[in-house]
Amino acid sequence: MSDLINHLTSVQKDVLKEIGNIGAGNAATAFAQFLNTRIHMTVPSVTIVPIEDVPELTGGIETEVVSVLLKVMGESPGSILLVFSVQSTENLLKMIIDEFDIYQLGEVEVSAIKEIGNILSGSYLNAINQMTGFNLFQSIPAFAFDMAGAILSSSMLSLAENDYALLIETKFINGDEEIEGFFFYIPDPGSLEKILKSLGFDTQ
Amino acid sequence: MSETVRVKMAEYHVGASPDILVTIGLGSCVGIALYDEISKIGGLIHIMLPHNNDENNLKPAKYADTGIPLLIEKMVEAGANRENIIAKIAGGAHMFSSSPDMVIQIGKRNIEAVYQILEENNIPIVGEDLGKDYGRTMEFYTEDGRVKIRSYRAGDKFL
Repeated sequence: MSDLINHLTSVQKDVLKEIGNIGAGNAATAFAQFLNTRIHMTVPSVTIVPIEDVPELTGGIETEVVSVLLKVMGESPGSILLVFSVQSTENLLKMIIDEFDIYQLGEVEVSAIKEIGNILSGSYLNAINQMTGFNLFQSIPAFAFDMAGAILSSSMLSLAENDYALLIETKFINGDEEIEGFFFYIPDPGSLEKILKSLGFDTQ
Repeated sequence: MSETVRVKMAEYHVGASPDILVTIGLGSCVGIALYDEISKIGGLIHIMLPHNNDENNLKPAKYADTGIPLLIEKMVEAGANRENIIAKIAGGAHMFSSSPDMVIQIGKRNIEAVYQILEENNIPIVGEDLGKDYGRTMEFYTEDGRVKIRSYRAGDKFL
């Protein structure tokens, strides 16, 4: 299966990108409704990176970031990882919570961030389910506030046996560029094949 | 002149005093710093997984069981004496602490494998900073074998 990553046709890549597009569109709408603000998203990219470059995906490896990880279960298992900068997280929380210290987050703040992860991944998966006829669902969200490299590498361990990681990546940005986040959809090995098959592609 | 060398995930490097070997952002991965204080030759490796199941063995440094023996071999080639080598290790965290099964306790399994491989090679562990739920960076000074551990959660310390 790991070979599939190296042999994806441009049409298959486009299909994966389109899945990302619809998923991210859904997620951006849900996000905007939750925050009552405008949220734009970039056109998702299908990124194939050597596994050793995974820690650098969001920029500085040692940069402190805030993240939510959800496991995707069902026909094509995988993970969803959201990464926000510390500044974006602060701006986000300001929209929903009056007083807090970003470096001393309490249970309420962490719950709010996890809930954002829940909403985004839920609407993303809904879109994939509608396209594929699958019944994908998500685990409870897990939270981490730490070095980007440590978070990224630990989130993508299901791919660690492979030499390359395939990710569908989107950036969320609100109008004033106060909120910027990375959204990664990371299919487990084998899942990619199932998604493409469900859409009528022969991956043999 | 000391040279600072960055060791990426699934890679290793052998250096000699006064080189500084650095590996950034260890989560569930484990960093292993090996040192011969007589020749002042040091090696640093950043492993991701415990056991290598790849028949072609294309990335031996990705795994504890193939990476550590390879690092020892390269240090001996560079002039280190196998008998003198000691180890300092860090990492093996469980980054998303609220998820018991999600990342299948890979950090813990990495730590167990590293202990086992070092024991099989008769290398004593003289310093460690392992487990918990935060990321770490290792800076290995081959001048004297000190290893500085940097983290946001627990601050800096030396092994």
